[in-house]
This record gives sequence, C-alpha cells and structure tokens, in this order.
Amino acid sequence: MVQGPNPAAPTGAASGVHEATQVARPARGVTPADVVRPAGAAPVVTNASDVPAQGKEMTGAEAIVRSLEQAGTDVVFGIPGGAILPTYDPLMDSKSLRHILVRHEQGAGHAASGYAYTSGKVGVCMATSGPGATNLVTPIADANMDSVPMVAITGQVGASMIGTDAFQEADIVGITLPITKHNFLVTDPAEIPTVIAQAFHIARTGRPGPVLVDIAKSAMQSTTTFRWPSSIDLPGYHPVTKPHAKQIREAARLLATARRPVLYVGGGAIRSGASAELRRLVDLSGAPAVTTLMARGALPDSHPQNLGMPGMHGTVPAVAALQKADLIVALGARFDDRVTGKLSSFAPHATVVHADIDPAEIGKNRRADVPIVGDLREVISDLLPELEREHAQHGRPDLEGWWRQIDDWRETFPLGYTDPEDGHLAPQHVIQRLGELAGPEAVYVAGVGQHQMWAAQFIRYERPNAWLNSGGLGTMGYSVPAAMGAKVGDPGRTVWAIDGDGCFQMTNQELATCAINEIPIKVAVVNNSSLGMVRQWQTLFYESRYSNTDLHTGHGTRRIPDFVKLADAYGCVGLRCESAADVDATIKRAMEIDDQPVVVDFTVSRDAMVWPMVAAGVSNDEIQYARGISPAWEREE
Amino acid sequence: MSRHTLSVLVENKPGVLTRVAGLFARRAFNIHSLAVGPTEHDEISRITVVVDVEENPLEHVTKQLNKLVNVIKIVELEPEASVQRELLLVKVRAELAVRSHVLEVVELFRAHVVDVVPDAVTIEATGSPGKLDALLNALEPFGIREIVQSGTVAIGRGSRSITDRALERVSRSA
Repeated sequence: MVQGPNPAAPTGAASGVHEATQVARPARGVTPADVVRPAGAAPVVTNASDVPAQGKEMTGAEAIVRSLEQAGTDVVFGIPGGAILPTYDPLMDSKSLRHILVRHEQGAGHAASGYAYTSGKVGVCMATSGPGATNLVTPIADANMDSVPMVAITGQVGASMIGTDAFQEADIVGITLPITKHNFLVTDPAEIPTVIAQAFHIARTGRPGPVLVDIAKSAMQSTTTFRWPSSIDLPGYHPVTKPHAKQIREAARLLATARRPVLYVGGGAIRSGASAELRRLVDLSGAPAVTTLMARGALPDSHPQNLGMPGMHGTVPAVAALQKADLIVALGARFDDRVTGKLSSFAPHATVVHADIDPAEIGKNRRADVPIVGDLREVISDLLPELEREHAQHGRPDLEGWWRQIDDWRETFPLGYTDPEDGHLAPQHVIQRLGELAGPEAVYVAGVGQHQMWAAQFIRYERPNAWLNSGGLGTMGYSVPAAMGAKVGDPGRTVWAIDGDGCFQMTNQELATCAINEIPIKVAVVNNSSLGMVRQWQTLFYESRYSNTDLHTGHGTRRIPDFVKLADAYGCVGLRCESAADVDATIKRAMEIDDQPVVVDFTVSRDAMVWPMVAAGVSNDEIQYARGISPAWEREE
Repeated sequence: MSRHTLSVLVENKPGVLTRVAGLFARRAFNIHSLAVGPTEHDEISRITVVVDVEENPLEHVTKQLNKLVNVIKIVELEPEASVQRELLLVKVRAELAVRSHVLEVVELFRAHVVDVVPDAVTIEATGSPGKLDALLNALEPFGIREIVQSGTVAIGRGSRSITDRALERVSRSA
C-alpha cells in the first residue's frame, strides 16, 4: 500500500450549497486574518464557496474526514480500533488524506509532532478509545511541553455508554485535561466541523500546542448536515500577538545601554518563524546570543555571536555569559530549571526583558523587569527600528570589554571530549562526524539522554527546524517516530534519528511503518549498552553503583537485541560500526541508501560522559567543564 | 498568605468547572469556597472562587486561568470595593423552653426561620462570612444539629458590569 508522499488536493468546485450563514453571533467571531500563522499555515476558516461538502448530508464519520481535509490536513498518523472504526471507512476514500498506519499510538503522536516541525502544519494523529487514546497520552504531554501544534482525534464509546465503564472506555478528555492546550468531547455529529475547525485554530495560533478531539462512536454513525464554520467563535481565546509599544521602547533602551547584554533565545524563536528577524537583532545589537536546547538552529551556529547552548549541559561561555550578564533579553524562552540551575543564584546582576507569546510564562520563574507579550516575530520586528533609533541618538554601546571576556571563555573552555580509554568509539566523535557528513540541510531527531546532549552540542545547526528533540518532557522513545513524521513532512531531506540503545528499544516498532510506507529514515543508535545518562549520574552521585542501567546491547555482551538483526527483521538495512576508522565509511554507506530505512549500530564507550555539567539544583556558577574542573571566575567588578 | 476573591466568567459549557478547579489543584492552592451560577447572559456562567494564596502565585494562577480557552474574564474583587455574601442554612435545637431565645437571635441577625418542628428550627441567613460566623456563635449554646453553607458570591460596587465589559472586549476583538 505504497502511497505518493503528497497527492494533489481535490479541486472539486463548489456545488450549489446553502450559504454558510449559521453563525449565531457573527460580531464575536474571529476573521480569517486573525487565524494566519507565520509559518505558511493556511487559515482554518474559508468561504462557503470553497467548501465542497458544505450543506451535504453525511455521517459524522464522513464529516470528520471532510473536516480534516478542510483544515488542510495531508497526513494522518494512526491506528484503527472499535470506536474509531466508522471514521476509517470514509478515510479510505479520501483523495487528499494520506493515512499512515503506525504500530503503536505513541508512534502516531510523536510522528505527528515530527511532521509538524518539518511541514509547518498542524500534525494530526488518530486513535481509538480506551487504550488507543491512553497510548497517546505521552506524545500529547510531550507536544504540550514543547508547544508543538497537534490535533489528536480519538474515538469514544457511544454517547449512551459514556460513563458506564463500557468496553475500551477511558475518560480521555479528563485524562488529557492538564496536558493539552484544550480538548473537546463531541457527542452531537452536527458539532464535528466546528469543533475540528476550532481545534486546528487553537493548536496553531498563540503558543502552539496539542488539542484533543474525542468523538463518540454514536456521533460518527449518525447522519448530519456538513457545515464548515465561516468564522471561529471562541470568546475566551484571543492570543495577543502584537507587543506593547511602550515595552518595546523600554527593551530597546535597555539593550542599547547594557554593558553585558545576552540574548537568551528559546524555542519560541523556532515556533514563530523568527529566525530572520532574530539574525538582524543579533547583528544590530552586537550582543552575544545563547540558543537553548529547543532553539538550536534558530540562529546559525556559524554566527560569531552564537555562544551555543546554555543550561545543565551548556557551553561554558553560554552559561557564564548569562551568569555575568547585566541584561538578559529572553526571546521565547521560559527560564526552565535545566537552564537556570538553582534559580536564586541565576544571573544575579541581570535586568530581565522577557518576551513571550504566553503571558503565563512571564514572571513564572524569574521576575521580568520588562514583560513583553507578543508573537516573537512581531516583537523583534518592532524592536529593530526602536533599537536603531536608540543607536542613532546615543550611539552604539561599547561591548568590547564584554566580548573580550566572552572570547576568553571561548578560548579557554571550548566544547570538547577526550577519547575513551576502553578502546570503544567516542560517542561524541560519531555524532560530530554524522553532523559534518550529513550537513546542515539534514534533519536531526534525538531521543533523550546523553546522545541527545551530544547531538545538541556537537552538531552545527544552521537553520531552524533542523533539530528535533523532546526538550520539556524528556520522552525516551521520541526519536524514531518523530524522525518518521519529519521525513513525511519534508521527504526531500535526509532525516537522521540519533538514538540511544535505551530509547531505541521503546519505539523501534515504527521501523515497520517506515519500511512498509517507504519512509527512508536513518537511525544512528549510539549504543553504549546502558541507560547512559542515568549511568552518568550513578557514576557521579551514587558512587558508581550501577543499579539497573546495563542493557546488554553492546560490544562483548549477548546483544539482546542485536540491532543489525533487528533492522533486518524490520526490512531495514542494518549496519554496525565498532572502530573509529570505520565511522566515516559507515555513515557514507548509510547516506547512499535512500530507498530503505537504515539502522546503524555504533557501539560506543559506556564511560563517556556529557560535559560541561551543572549538577541538578546547584548554581550555574558551579559548572564543571569536565569532571572536577570548574572555571575560576574572575572577581566581581 | 492572604484571602482573595476571584470572579471568573466562563463559557456555559460542560466540564468548565473541572478545568478551573483542576488548575487550582495542580498548583496546590486550597480553594476556600466556590460558587457557580448563571449570569444575565445565557452563554456565560460566573464562578466565584475564594482562595488563600500569596500575591505572586495568585498572579500566576490568574494567568494560567486566563489561558483556559473557556475562561472569558477574571476579576479580583477587593473586599472594600465589592459586596460579598454567603447563604447559610442551619438546623438548631429549639424546644419550647428556649425557642423564644432562638427566635431572638434570628431577629437580631435579620435571619429567617424556614422550617419548624417541635424540637428544632431551621434558619436561613445571608451575609458576609463574618456575620454568619457571629450568628453561628450566637446559636451554638442552643445546640447546632446541621449546617450547610454556600460559597461566597461577590459583585463589584458601583454601576459598572464586568460581564458587559467582557462581552465588549470579545466583540471588539472580532
């Protein structure tokens, strides 16, 4: 059942349908202009004449399919089951929806996330009631933490059976209440188009996030008249995108006068598509920038003012610059505990400008002196002329001393690693060479753990959406299904899943999905035969007592499973690399195969550790460049 | 720790109370009292919630509440700029010998007797939480058998309406 990657949308002309004037309170609706997202997202609502199915009689199930089409969906990742079954029938006939049958609902959810990154669209996943829906909980929570636009459609038992502990019943709306941006339960088939339109609108606008639509089987099976809404009526939902001019002026004034400014760039810069504007701000301000785990690639790593990643495993210059800053301009970042370390000692001298689309983020962890609520692209666009005006009036700030200091850190504490003593591969070398050989145009999708940190550190990111990972929730098993979704969202790019042997065993069943649906991702299993990050903590904080972290997948073990055989069993090409001399050749061999998924088992040293490191709960001032080596900070001036 | 009264205007839809209450629970805030009811607009319900929190977390929880798609508007009602009332129904022992004393207390607090049986009366009273506490203290000696009390409802003083302003805001943004 091989399908083309992007079938053309149907061009059915509007049939003689009724006017779409079913709006109860037109004055309170949102016009299409309000709905547009920067990243090329089409508006959800359209004129009735552009809705081929408008006014037609159909089942609720068909209304779901027509609604998804109308919302601009190309791809749905899912698995059928009892309560969603009616929807899978009309889905089979859809000319514009490609359904990709995954092997586990978690895979569907992460794939929808990965798809959202590379396509710029809302990712869509579908599952049945009960266990199907609960298997979506992890990827939904993941998307919620990382602000990924996603719509999850779940089947629910028939309306009359809700609440009776019916077969495969779970209160998924209740379960996902705290981990979705919003969710809906639909029992009336007439509501299906409106609710799905609202779900897409909520998922993609403001701070993006996952929206779950739970639809009773009885609603799918009843007949209704299809009415796609001509406007979105959500009286309580009005995300502020336009920043306040006064706050922008204040931010510009501070940025023009600070002596030790830092631009603290977060994932919001990626979500708002603000890379070009950010680049101009970095150039204009002359200030150093740090790009968080979620913002890698928002500013090219080749930019001389990019100090790299801050936080627990950030670069010394990035961490130190924030600690010593007199001004932090936070752009779509949320002062996460992995960035700030011990909050009370984070950046003690800094005035804080905090720009975010979500007002609830501002002042949540660190008090903001200048709060700015708005879409980051608009915030930076407005900030640029104000900053120019400041420069014209007062001249450019003298940052020479600050840069001298930073360059000194950069020279003394560059990112690096030592070769392991056990003769196995250095995982950092594998990942670094992978980045160099696959290049900045490829997409890199990490799991969670040591390999994720090394991939964030040692691959040079030059463009947004080239780096996908589970930042907030830290979901092991994210990599393979998210890489699959990323490849579907942008089939022209090479997609590398960089996974650990622990993570890989959580979701590798999606290799079957990749092989059967011709989604040729490449998986680099950075195999240290253990739960590496946990093992690192055991080495550092638990006297090297390795409780339950040995996975027996590596060199000299029974290799359960043998990843090369496993790849073969799934119809993928399996390669193994065990020596430094073979690293380049193996990566190149994997790059040559583009008609099949490839799994490369890189057996690496289990003693390699992620450095630098700020231990959990301590001050960023106590960052260790390598084990036992901390920078000696200059006296406070 | 201080006490705050929030008026939360929400869409009149199923499950909204769970969303609001869930947010408080997630942040480990104790809800002192809660009252939900209709407003002059069919599509809007009003939740009055009284919580004990510090200033800073209150601001945070207010921002989080505002993020709920079904929440239209949140206003904190200061005690001095609002009228705050609770409803109390209390069943008190009142045998013939002491009944006149009980009725005296009822009179004094401008409460009403809503049910009488030979050995007890049920009293209805409305007022500020302070007044109702005082009433309960006065009735205590006679023997209180059962109490049921509503959450606080509150409305701002003056002619302005927060529902009107909420609706204006909504239609302006259209």
